[in-house]
Amino acid sequence: MTVFILRRLMQSFVVLFIMSLLVFVGVYAIGDPVEIFISPEADQIERERAIAALGLDKPLWAQYVYFLQGALSGDLGRSFRFSIPALELIMQRLPATLELTVAAMILSLAIGLPAGIYAGFRPESRLSKVIMAGSIFGFSLPSFWVGLMLILVFAVELGWLPSTGRGEVGTILGVTTSFATVSGIQHLILPALNLSFFNMALITRLTRAGVRENMLMDYVKYARAKGLGMRRVMFVHVFKNILIPIVTVVGIQMGQVLAFAVVTEQIFAWPGMGKLIIDSISNLDRPVIVAYLLVVVIMFIVINLVVDVLYSVLDPRVRLQDMKG
Amino acid sequence: MTEPTLSVTDLRTWFDTRVGMLKAVDGVSFAVDKGRILGLVGESGSGKSVTGFSIMGLVDPPGRIAGGSIRFNGRELVGLPDEEMRALRGSRIAMIFQDPMMTLNPVLRVETQMTEAIFAHEKVTEAEAKRRARDALGQVGIPSPEERLKAYPHQFSGGMRQRVAIAIALLNKPDLIIADEPTTALDVTIQGQILYEVQKLCRQTGTALIWITHDLSVVASLADEICVMYAGRMVEQGSVDDVLDRPMHHYTLGLIGSVPSRHRKGQPLVQIPGVMPSLLKLPGGCSFRLRCTRADAACTEEPPETSPAPGRKLRCFHPATAVPA
Amino acid sequence: MATLAKEAADAAKAEGEAPWRRLVNDFCRSPLAVFGLVVFLIVVLVAVFASQISPQNPYDLNQLDIMDSRQPPGERSADGYVFWLGSDGQGRDMLSAIFYGLRISLAVGVSSAVIALALGTTIGLMAAYFGGRVDTLLMRAVDIKLSFPSILIALIIVAVLGSGVWKIVLALVVVQWALYARTVRGSALVERRKEYVEAARCLALSHSRIVFRHILPNCLPPLIVVGTVQVANSIALEATLSFLGIGLPITEPSLGLLIANGFEYMLSGQYWISVFPGVALLITIVSINLVGDQLRDILNPRLQK
Ligand SMILES: Nc1ncnc2c1ncn2[C@@H]1O[C@H](COP(=O)(O)OP(=O)(O)OP(=O)(O)O)[C@@H](O)[C@H]1O
Ligand code: SF4
Ligand SMILES: [Mg+2]
Repeated sequence: MTVFILRRLMQSFVVLFIMSLLVFVGVYAIGDPVEIFISPEADQIERERAIAALGLDKPLWAQYVYFLQGALSGDLGRSFRFSIPALELIMQRLPATLELTVAAMILSLAIGLPAGIYAGFRPESRLSKVIMAGSIFGFSLPSFWVGLMLILVFAVELGWLPSTGRGEVGTILGVTTSFATVSGIQHLILPALNLSFFNMALITRLTRAGVRENMLMDYVKYARAKGLGMRRVMFVHVFKNILIPIVTVVGIQMGQVLAFAVVTEQIFAWPGMGKLIIDSISNLDRPVIVAYLLVVVIMFIVINLVVDVLYSVLDPRVRLQDMKG
Repeated sequence: MTEPTLSVTDLRTWFDTRVGMLKAVDGVSFAVDKGRILGLVGESGSGKSVTGFSIMGLVDPPGRIAGGSIRFNGRELVGLPDEEMRALRGSRIAMIFQDPMMTLNPVLRVETQMTEAIFAHEKVTEAEAKRRARDALGQVGIPSPEERLKAYPHQFSGGMRQRVAIAIALLNKPDLIIADEPTTALDVTIQGQILYEVQKLCRQTGTALIWITHDLSVVASLADEICVMYAGRMVEQGSVDDVLDRPMHHYTLGLIGSVPSRHRKGQPLVQIPGVMPSLLKLPGGCSFRLRCTRADAACTEEPPETSPAPGRKLRCFHPATAVPA
Repeated sequence: MATLAKEAADAAKAEGEAPWRRLVNDFCRSPLAVFGLVVFLIVVLVAVFASQISPQNPYDLNQLDIMDSRQPPGERSADGYVFWLGSDGQGRDMLSAIFYGLRISLAVGVSSAVIALALGTTIGLMAAYFGGRVDTLLMRAVDIKLSFPSILIALIIVAVLGSGVWKIVLALVVVQWALYARTVRGSALVERRKEYVEAARCLALSHSRIVFRHILPNCLPPLIVVGTVQVANSIALEATLSFLGIGLPITEPSLGLLIANGFEYMLSGQYWISVFPGVALLITIVSINLVGDQLRDILNPRLQK
């Protein structure tokens, strides 16, 4: 197991290295780093000082080393707009985004799993057909459009829920979160629903396909032959088998959701790092952009690593293979 | 005279498929007494497994029991409510499935899959269930059962898995075990061992056993009674010695002729000409008639079930062996 | 022998003429898909003839009248014609704006899908044909690309390069190529093992000839399916980027930008400025997806239910 995790860790570092190289090439070789890191308002002396500090007068490989050193020590420049270190700015906004992402994930699982299990268990029923039709919408409607409709219906027309900003936050177990207050939860509902829509459809379809496929397997019949009730067969035997692909997909989707939070945050004025990056792009606040990209890439790699490890924990066959190989 | 543990009368199990009504089992009768072993033989597709599943109440849709009766310990199983049938499955009637590789759930520990079979029928403590699982593994000759309980199915060889399946069948000391070709996947030495152990167990515990196979030599060494099936129908039945020594149905005769034997060394093996017709396109009358050397005009009628001698049953107009006086 | 040859010839003939007709027949079996196709064709016609059929040129500032701003659907303009779908904050006729927007959205979506298809196909074919290290390297790149969400990649590109029509097209191409490459490689690998490729090699035909004349045609069915769906996806992604204000510039207002412009008015109940362009976008995307679904079913027998 340790060997396995170590090997995956190595792979992650390789990907991280490649990504840092890509960001570097993007920023330094394709873009103009002077423009990226030095505020347009800076005067000539300041510019030259900054160029020297950033090592922009050195050859490209040396610049890359500087860049890496900066990245490793957490120094990714200062935001032009907020005049605080870009990384710090990102870290301030990170919790709100994570909260939104996690809430969306929970929501899509809480609705997608039961819907998928039901649709797989009773494929011919009318409710199942409604579920499947709904999931097609979840796939093809653009996320921002769904967000607009949610606002139009639930905020503008019905006036049930707030549509902008994060509500009051409180602390639960030392974590500052919207889940602690009523207003926080109210503000969270629409954005989370919006962000979960695509995933909900995906999880529903995946679960349904898994249930249908597994119900035909011999092990299900055999479990029934032992006298187990349908409930145990479904929720222990079948569920544990479909859990493997679902965990994988949830893991992969975690990254997708994190990225698509950009859209949701913009629509619902959610003060997370997605909104920050869009604002930064519009304002050409480039240090923030670079910091954001690196943070997101690292989060991605961590998520992928966790998924791989989880996958091996869930599937004894993979675990064994990897221990051998 | 006490009632047999199981008596099946004129069982019909039909599958309503898109291409027509597939009569997988169409008129099968037999009985098994306490502590006795019935060999159910017939070539692939003759309906042996479906007969077993019918008794277990596990016929998959679009199949259904279209007629006949299954009496178990004096109780009619056809039409029994789901919950009552579930309570019998795995506790009073156990089944060992055909394919040992596919029947155990790959993602659950062997321990879980064993103890759940106990918990489904009895309220016992965790420790007690575990003890019984361990004992059952020991009983079928699995070394260091304590450790093996913690393992997953893929960590067992095919033969070991089949033993696990047998152990699970024994867990609740059932009155009837249906074993569906449990030894075909095994090599000859292990097969011999398992046959010997199973036979011993039946005699000791008084469990009735239905042994499904297409291997006549297994039946000869193991069973008390034999029931020969062809294309969904019982064609011949009687005590093993009787039927194998004096086969009356031409299909049984063919089967015996195609088994290599010491007594007939040097003689060519006889092949039954042709193949079993599709169950959807059976010829009218005796379904064996297109392959039978003795077929004549009479055979275009359906041969009725007769009892040419005490303890024998037959469906043939022209018995191959003279009826003993 | 003679009959054999004749049968082979017959079969070849039947195959030669039947596929297209059979495809059309199969396709027409789903009324929903036919409906989707018809709707999509109408959308395309509207987009192509936008300047001819629009009541006004929404980008000719001389034609706009600020007095007409935010008129609800059905109101008359100062010039006397009807705003069937209302007007926006600058008094622009929404119907005209949608027609023009549709044209831009479609152009960007289709052109990026076509470029990505060409690029991805070439890469996929190379990976499959040369195999070995080339294959490993290219497919690694595909895997890494596919493990990052499309929106993130588009963001990176826009962040580095800035926005603009061609930059958005470039972003959409970078987002999409990998899917084509993987699809083509998959079916090309299957084809490569077949005898006719061996035969072609024995005849010492050139690499490119074998690849483009022999392998490629057999990879077409899955490519068509992926391509159709990708057109819808890239239209949606472009709309998303434009909605976020980092897509097409204000001088080329696509549907996404129209929706974004109406967003602020929506909160005060003037729904039409956002909703109608949104409906146009949905109709486009859903009609393409309906066609794509049916194509998938008829072109890939294994996926048939
Ligand atoms: N779920 C099903 N749907 C349709 N037909 C079925 C189904 N299950 C079994 N059958 C058909 O019933 C017939 C009998 O099958 P069965 O499995 O009982 O044969 P068998 O005697 O056990 O053969 P084998 O020795 O190969 O195991 C076969 O023709 C099979 O196709
Ligand atoms: S009934 Fe006729 S066809 Fe059938 S086995 Fe007997 S002799 Fe042969
Ligand atoms: Mg069978």
